[in-house]
Amino acid sequence: MGNLKYFTNGLLKENPTFVIVLGTCPTLAITTAAINGIGMGAATTFVLVFSNLIISLLKNYIPDKVRIAAFIVVIATFVTIVDLVMKAYTPDLYKALGIFIPLIVVNCIILGRAEAFAQKNSILPSVLDGLGMGLGFTLAITLMGSIREILGSGSIFNIRLLSESASTILIFVLPPGAFVTYGFLIAIMNRIKLKINL
Amino acid sequence: MEYILLIISAVFVNNVVLVQFLGICPFLGVSNKIDTSIGMGVAVIFVMSLANLVTYLIQNYVLIPLHIEFMQTITFIFVIAFLVQVVEIILKKSAPTLYQALGIYLPLITTNCAVLGIAILAVQKDYNLVMSVLYAAGIATGFTFALILMAGIREQLALAETPKGMKGFPISLVTAGLLSLAFMGFSGIVK
Repeated sequence: MGNLKYFTNGLLKENPTFVIVLGTCPTLAITTAAINGIGMGAATTFVLVFSNLIISLLKNYIPDKVRIAAFIVVIATFVTIVDLVMKAYTPDLYKALGIFIPLIVVNCIILGRAEAFAQKNSILPSVLDGLGMGLGFTLAITLMGSIREILGSGSIFNIRLLSESASTILIFVLPPGAFVTYGFLIAIMNRIKLKINL
Repeated sequence: MEYILLIISAVFVNNVVLVQFLGICPFLGVSNKIDTSIGMGVAVIFVMSLANLVTYLIQNYVLIPLHIEFMQTITFIFVIAFLVQVVEIILKKSAPTLYQALGIYLPLITTNCAVLGIAILAVQKDYNLVMSVLYAAGIATGFTFALILMAGIREQLALAETPKGMKGFPISLVTAGLLSLAFMGFSGIVK
């Protein structure tokens, strides 16, 4: 039971998207549809879990001065694996996510967790932390993708909710909609936190 | 003419922050004051142009001849991190005044995903050397432009009364959304 808190930490209390506000680029860019959120979330979770695992295994062997460079090599390796696998098996999703798959390398959540957690903790907590953070990220961007897809294209997970002729609020699948949706979601989270603390 | 269109497209139509969503972290993090955003902007223009020059050479004279294009992500991120360090050391020795002005912003650039993103995009778009560097310079100018606009708005916003939950990130994101809406007006200028 003691290890469970490492897992739930990333889901709500330190949710990377809504509370710490890291990894904003993919959050804004690829959430035009709910399915993209799941794809991006899965890719990031994979990289996060395995980079946390490897870094916690190697933490005693990496000299302190070159640790950031060492972390980046580990992360970039897993990103390359994800990139090649997605290119081969999910070409449509690969096309939709585009440049943001190689850019998982510079997603601050991953380097942040390596630096703040994996290099100080043993294997099991590090993996659970990676899993929790990854799921927290996935849930957050899928939620945002769903909201934008429903409002902007009148569908969810490519299932149409409105008739073809119904007019939708197109702005939500365009860049400005991303900023506004994200802004309001954080505002709602802040509001809920204020209510709970009072 | 081709080059002029490329630059206009990079600065306004495909603005890196507001349309392509690259480099959001420094955009939200450093856009509190106009002075600091100018410093950050100049540093980004400098590093991004240099990064595209070097990554172009590496892609065409190392990765492709050796058939190891799959190493692109790892190589590029290393080159950029290395480049930032080298630029920092050279500036410190040869141009101390410029270093003092840019100093604090240089290390931050490694984490700017726009630098890696634009290097990869330039390779994907098959630009030649001149176009690749011009593209990077244009994109970085667009980044600076957006950063300064945002800083100007946020300096005013700091004095305004915002609802409790909207303070900080939310109000900045909504503001960026409105800026992005304004930039959509440029779409269609260049195909």
